Amino acid sequence: MHVTVTNLTKRFGTKTILDGVSLEVHPGETVVLLGPSGSGKSTLLRCLNGLTPFDGGEIRIGEHILRPGHNGNGESIRQLRRWFGMVFQDFQLFPHLTALENITEAPIRVLGLTVSEARRRAMTLLERVGLADRAQAYPRQLSGGQKQRVAIARALAMEPRGLLCDEITSALDPELKSEVLAVLEDLRNDGMALLVVTHEMGFARRAADRVLMLADGRIVEEGPPARLFAEPSSPRTRQFLSKVLT
Amino acid sequence: MEEESSYRWVLASVVLLLGPAGTVWAEPVGGSEREAVRARLAQGVLRWGGDAEGGAPYQLRDPQDPARVIGFEVELADALAQTVSRQWDLPLRAEFVQYEWVSLAAGLDKGDFDVILSGYEITPERAHTFRFTRPYYVYRQHLTVRQDDERIRSLADCLDKPVGTLAGSAAEELLQKAGVRDIVAFDGQVEPYLELVLGRVDAVLLDGPIATYYGRQRGLKTVDRKIGKGFYGIALRNDDVVLAAALDRALSHLMIEGTLRRIYRRWHIWNEDQAELAHGPKDREELAGLGFDATGKPATADEPPPDDAVDIDILAASAREWTFDHYGPLLLQAAGMTVFLTVTSMALAMALGLVIAMLRLYAPPPVNWLALAYVEFFRGVPLLLILFFLYFGLSSYGIGMPALVTAIVGFGLNYAAYEAEIYRSSILAVPEGQWEAGRALGMSDTTIFRRIVLPQALRTALAPMTNDFVALFKDTSLVSVIAVRELTKEYLILARSSLKFVELGILTALLYLIMSVPLGYLSRYLERRWSPERQGS
Repeated sequence: MHVTVTNLTKRFGTKTILDGVSLEVHPGETVVLLGPSGSGKSTLLRCLNGLTPFDGGEIRIGEHILRPGHNGNGESIRQLRRWFGMVFQDFQLFPHLTALENITEAPIRVLGLTVSEARRRAMTLLERVGLADRAQAYPRQLSGGQKQRVAIARALAMEPRGLLCDEITSALDPELKSEVLAVLEDLRNDGMALLVVTHEMGFARRAADRVLMLADGRIVEEGPPARLFAEPSSPRTRQFLSKVLT
Repeated sequence: MEEESSYRWVLASVVLLLGPAGTVWAEPVGGSEREAVRARLAQGVLRWGGDAEGGAPYQLRDPQDPARVIGFEVELADALAQTVSRQWDLPLRAEFVQYEWVSLAAGLDKGDFDVILSGYEITPERAHTFRFTRPYYVYRQHLTVRQDDERIRSLADCLDKPVGTLAGSAAEELLQKAGVRDIVAFDGQVEPYLELVLGRVDAVLLDGPIATYYGRQRGLKTVDRKIGKGFYGIALRNDDVVLAAALDRALSHLMIEGTLRRIYRRWHIWNEDQAELAHGPKDREELAGLGFDATGKPATADEPPPDDAVDIDILAASAREWTFDHYGPLLLQAAGMTVFLTVTSMALAMALGLVIAMLRLYAPPPVNWLALAYVEFFRGVPLLLILFFLYFGLSSYGIGMPALVTAIVGFGLNYAAYEAEIYRSSILAVPEGQWEAGRALGMSDTTIFRRIVLPQALRTALAPMTNDFVALFKDTSLVSVIAVRELTKEYLILARSSLKFVELGILTALLYLIMSVPLGYLSRYLERRWSPERQGS
């Protein structure tokens, strides 16, 4: 089962943010979204998680179809959110809960796990992101990189097939970026589908199966990173790469 | 004379009032009347409303034991209950109900007590609303000035000078009618005399019994004891004909057997004006019992006060005798009531406020508008008005709540409006990203609100709510209007019975501070501990 986006359109007022975007995300695949700011990358990710409604096109998950004008809940949205977890640029951990509680909350409330089951799952995930010793820490006691790793573990606790990562290293100092990116690469190697908006070209080169170049709400170019970086065919891609690679 | 004629209408109305009641004495005691009186007093209690803040000699705290209320009206009430009991062969005792003076009328109407017995002047307006017994005391206004002031000998000398009196009293009305231009009206009977001593007013005009006790301070003299004239009566509900008749009969008896005279002489307020109390078919016996000959002259001239007379400097005696051991427990008990009221009211306000805030934020129209209307209404209407309405207003529609419950509900409803606004801003202060993080995890909005947003909002709300808690502490002093006795009211009663304003005031202030200062620190601590900047998501 994969996710298919067809002809997705999104307008804010008179401004068109997404102008007929189509793409597919398959299980186990890592897709990196590139593009200048304002090109609609974040909006696309938010549409894919049902956080932002859209005006045209559709998103299909198996037999479930999400259509324009959805009200933010319903079965298709539930399926979409089961398929994709989401990690935000500004973490959005729950400040009143410990790292462990941040992770166990949704499995207990949404999946109906018992507290001990949820805790076991959370500890496994904290170990995986290298933070088992910080389980009882509150978000304010964690560094940015640690917060983001807890946020990833929190999303993983719902056992999604993929993760939507919206510039998840942008708010971090360079030395903290790498610890988060290392976790992402680890997940990729384990078969987790990733749809990543990032400016980390090194990560895109190493980890992406495909790179999508988004400009003015459209996908202007698409391909494996080796080819796209070496010989971009679109002028917009060339223009963009010349800026970020210098 | 001008002042005499102004009181003629009062006299006329009194005579009118006495008309129907007067006929009762003339009739022989019939079986049906006995049944009616027994049915009326079946509970065995005559509850009389008054305000011990009114002080000497009406009702005041005992210099020996400040928990006890004494006064000539206390003795009159006891004597009346005994007499009625004997005359109708039924068990009856008098029970004092402490009430705020300004709410006495409403309290009688509501049925919190049977009669008002609290220096209540018979006026045409009141006679229209209530049934009065025959007068039990004839008072005059006394004009008091500073010892060294030779300018003022009568009211006529005061027309262009500042004159102090009690707000809403017959004396104030008399001053207006006399054309005094600078009337300074106070809420208590102590303040005018204090101001006189300090030289901020040049004279004080007040009822004789008040002047007898409060106008005795060092450096004051009373220059005129014959101004105006008025009558104290016992007020009853208009339909309470049976009890009014029984009390009239008992009053007549107390006059005839000399009890009334004895009480008044004990309290230093008997004078030749009291001859006017004798009235009706037994007026001769009454006149004799009151201590007058048939022509209305005092039977014995210049009698010394009786052996059991109270100390005329009783206020000074209280001031001397009362130490912390006496009034400390009373103030502490009243402080306990203040704490209880504040805590329960705040709990109600916090619970109700949350519901209103949620309705305002999330309910569909018109429910959210109603929630807004609730907030605007209770923030805009004075708390005092709400308390009055809940206690006295609702009771006329058959919804009667005990005073304490009314107080808690009133404060709860009022403060809920403020707490709702705190909740609302605190909920809105939780970043939208928290909702999105919850939704992305598949949580329902209800779950997100309950588990993620509300816990954070509560932390933000706690500091301002603690502030409101402190404010509520002080606001609770308003409840004395519906006869709940808390710290401020107890302070006023004790202070007016002993004139220890400073000492009692400092102690009372200390008690409030002991309760509110730690809360202030808690508020600031919570603010630091849980400020949004310190949270970090």
